[in-house]
Amino acid sequence: MLELVTVSLLNGIVYGLLLFMLSSGLTLIFSMMGVLNFAHASVFMLGAYLSYQLGQWVGFWPALVIAPLLCALIGAAIERYGLSRVHSSGHVAEILFTFGLAYVIEELVTMVWGRNAVASRIPETIDFPLFRIYGSTFPTYKGLMMAISVAMFAFLYVALRKTRIGLVIQAALTHPRMVSALGHDVPGVFVLVFAIGSGLAGLAGVIGGFMLFTQPTLAHAIGPIVFVVVVVGGLGSLSGALIASMLIGILQTFAVAVDYSLVDLLGVAGIPVARTSPLYEALAVKLATAAPIVPYLLLVLMLIVRPRGLLGTRDA
Amino acid sequence: MTTACALELSDVAKDFGATSIVRGVSLNIVQGERHAIIGPNGAGKSTVFNLISGRLAPTRGSIRLHGEEIAGARPFTINRKGLARSFQVTNIFPRLSVFENLRCSVLWSLGHRYCFWRRADALRDARDSACATLERIGLAARRDVPAGVLTYAEQRALEIGITIAGGASVILLDEPTSGMSRGEADHAVELIRAVSAERTLLMVEHDMSVVFGLADRISVLVRGEIIATDVPARIRDNAAVQTAYLGTVPDA
Amino acid sequence: MNTAAAGVASPAATSEQRATGYWPLLVTVIALAALPHLPGLASDFGRSLLTQMAIAAVFALSFNLLLGQTGLLSFGHAVYFGLGGYAAIHVMRDINHGLPLPVMLVPLAGAAGGLLAGIVFGSVTTKKAGTIFALISLGVGELVYAATFMLPSVFGGEEGITASRTRAAVDFGLALGPQLHVYYVVVAWAVAAALLMRAFGQTPVGRMCSAVRDNPERVEFVGYSTRRIRFIAFAVAGLFAGLAGGLSAINYEIVAADAVSAQRSGTVLIMAYIGGTSHFIGPVLGAAAITWLQSSLSGYTSAWLLYLGVFFIVMILYAPGGLAGVLLMHRGIVGTRAFAGVLAAYAVAAVPLALAGAGMVLAVEMSYRLATQPELGTRMRLLWTQVDAASPSPWIAAGAALAGGGLLLRIACRRVAAAWERAAAEATRA
Repeated sequence: MLELVTVSLLNGIVYGLLLFMLSSGLTLIFSMMGVLNFAHASVFMLGAYLSYQLGQWVGFWPALVIAPLLCALIGAAIERYGLSRVHSSGHVAEILFTFGLAYVIEELVTMVWGRNAVASRIPETIDFPLFRIYGSTFPTYKGLMMAISVAMFAFLYVALRKTRIGLVIQAALTHPRMVSALGHDVPGVFVLVFAIGSGLAGLAGVIGGFMLFTQPTLAHAIGPIVFVVVVVGGLGSLSGALIASMLIGILQTFAVAVDYSLVDLLGVAGIPVARTSPLYEALAVKLATAAPIVPYLLLVLMLIVRPRGLLGTRDA
Repeated sequence: MTTACALELSDVAKDFGATSIVRGVSLNIVQGERHAIIGPNGAGKSTVFNLISGRLAPTRGSIRLHGEEIAGARPFTINRKGLARSFQVTNIFPRLSVFENLRCSVLWSLGHRYCFWRRADALRDARDSACATLERIGLAARRDVPAGVLTYAEQRALEIGITIAGGASVILLDEPTSGMSRGEADHAVELIRAVSAERTLLMVEHDMSVVFGLADRISVLVRGEIIATDVPARIRDNAAVQTAYLGTVPDA
Repeated sequence: MNTAAAGVASPAATSEQRATGYWPLLVTVIALAALPHLPGLASDFGRSLLTQMAIAAVFALSFNLLLGQTGLLSFGHAVYFGLGGYAAIHVMRDINHGLPLPVMLVPLAGAAGGLLAGIVFGSVTTKKAGTIFALISLGVGELVYAATFMLPSVFGGEEGITASRTRAAVDFGLALGPQLHVYYVVVAWAVAAALLMRAFGQTPVGRMCSAVRDNPERVEFVGYSTRRIRFIAFAVAGLFAGLAGGLSAINYEIVAADAVSAQRSGTVLIMAYIGGTSHFIGPVLGAAAITWLQSSLSGYTSAWLLYLGVFFIVMILYAPGGLAGVLLMHRGIVGTRAFAGVLAAYAVAAVPLALAGAGMVLAVEMSYRLATQPELGTRMRLLWTQVDAASPSPWIAAGAALAGGGLLLRIACRRVAAAWERAAAEATRA
């Protein structure tokens, strides 16, 4: 029992930190530009594919550096040549643009690499167990991911709160014309923010590509969960995103391990549910089967109880 | 002249975190009077309006409309009880026509609520009321123009129109003549005077000629507190008011 | 200001509007009745396509009730389409087993299902608006989609639920066997639904929905609860989406999990937006166009979704008013003499556009072949020629066409802009 709890907790933290890596860049772009970047998970996917391709050509460690840089450049291009034209049309147009972009990126990835998952293999340099726990090994690449994730949080926290450029960016969000009149290059600042956010997504993709299958549906598989993290944590809050990621990561990982259903729970409480009852089917769903919807149930619960999220600051 | 109180604020305060914007304001607006609130920038005048109209909830204190407590209530609840307000930054429905702007402002007060079984165009009372307001604010010629393309002064007039359309008994106008030329402001003043003839008016204004020409009583708000409430003549001569505006007490 | 004239003019104008208002409807109904008999469409395939367009039109109109009318962007509207569809297919199964209802009334079950779902989910999701609402709708969509696999007796799991539209105890002699009959039933419902949605927009609550779209804050200061209005719009949109789902259940005789999928939610969004969200007819245009493209192109190319995505992005950047917006934009200059010049400029611009388009299509098709179907070899048929994707020449040709066409297109666009200026100047002088 203790083994199950410990291993699930560890895996849950790993998964949660992966979610955080993704949602941090999204939170950065949102809190600084007010744009909800639907294509964020797509850039994450691009990072995974690019790192796979570069890994084939130049090896893992150079890919770890180059792939995020490429993603940052792509993000800069998206903002400079596309999104910037749409800012004046309002938030709906911005979301729709990034939504269309997500569509297109998924198809472009299919066009280049095909529909099947690419064989992303962990490079030998980090393919050794970090430590052993209860008989199973904890791989090094997961440890690397955790380290990168924590570093991301620290970097973003400092960048947003403590640096001058962070303050300028926050001011430019609500008063772009005034900030521009003060001599700051607001469009340039937006390009920078988008580039950094996309670079972070790409970095997450390099590592995430090992944990998840690198295939064209990757963005669509993980994207909605990242949005749930951001809403549950509270739009615009970095700490909220961290807490929400951990919560969802741990809850979902534990859920997968639980092979009981509500019928079993009610049985323990002394309330039997007949097989012929119309509710039986719904109540008999094992938690392990229902694990995929755990994040969305949390979303609905949060909406009923506390609509602005755990640590929400922005009211969109 | 009745002395019934239309609007009563008792020790109303609003804090934003550690900052106190409104620090214990008490005010009695008599029914039927025209009352102006003046004060230097940053005094908290718009915040007071936001507290009364429900846009913000007070940190403490009580606000009574016709004797009923409304502090912290939702804006539509307060509006349904007979209080309407205009906004300093024009807050209209840009894609609807001028006529539609006004019609949307009267639908609830005429009792149509969430009706989905009749055409809005078929509602005579709404149409007539909106047309009447259209005439009063002088925009009948711009009836079918989308509100977003009106000139600034026309939009300010529409702003007032939306506020008065529903026939509220207590009207709050937030800097109604801001940005207007002398001629436009005079026109607006006449409109305000006509509209508030049977109602209670509470107005925030910077334009002293408007204030002194229109108000029965004036309250001066400085740094979140009322330093004086009196008839215009005595306010003009009040030393504390002069200090607040000019910084020094002028020589007698 | 002539107050007397102003006062008299308005009632006359309204009744005049109403008099002319019936003609377009009559013409539309006649046209719709005649369509399935026209050459080219008089086949089962053609009639099936028309039926699909009608269903998509109702779905897209219901979506626009949220977006264009009330300002709510939903990424999970398929939930109401699908749940309505499931409700309808279950009723159809009951009819197959003897329930004395005509199949023609099945869409009502779809509407009821969509309405119920709209009320249940709307009570929670309309608490927020804007970006958060969009994300919540996405989350609810994923929730429902995943849940359909967990309750196989209700949702049929992977295979879905099937029923027959011809086995009924009561049918008033109108069996729904041939596609033509299905078309007429679906179109009749579609026209009724469109008229009802249009009428909803003209009711007091419908007008307040537009007010909420324009300025949700001010609405509260004129006595209305913004949240309540959004909830009502959400429930009504759910009702009509469910109706569309019911029509789909009749047409396909099957409802499966794809009916509530994110893909379907995305498609209806694209349809409504491409058609144009500011005009009532926009979503109908978008639904017809996308349904037709989907049906005709997806057989020829596996890159169909890429083209759709690119088209969508181009519309957002350059034509946010959609197809309807673009068409109506010409309303002011149609009568002018300079209009012919505008049309000529369009014709001239079409050439480099086609060239650049051809280059892009060539490159995309070759890439797709190499990446997704390498087992078919590198020689492929493209329109009327054979190309070998492994050799460099078609790639060079594609690149040249794309670059050259793009450059010429920029020049041609400037000429189009100039022609427009002349026409617009003439129109304002008139």
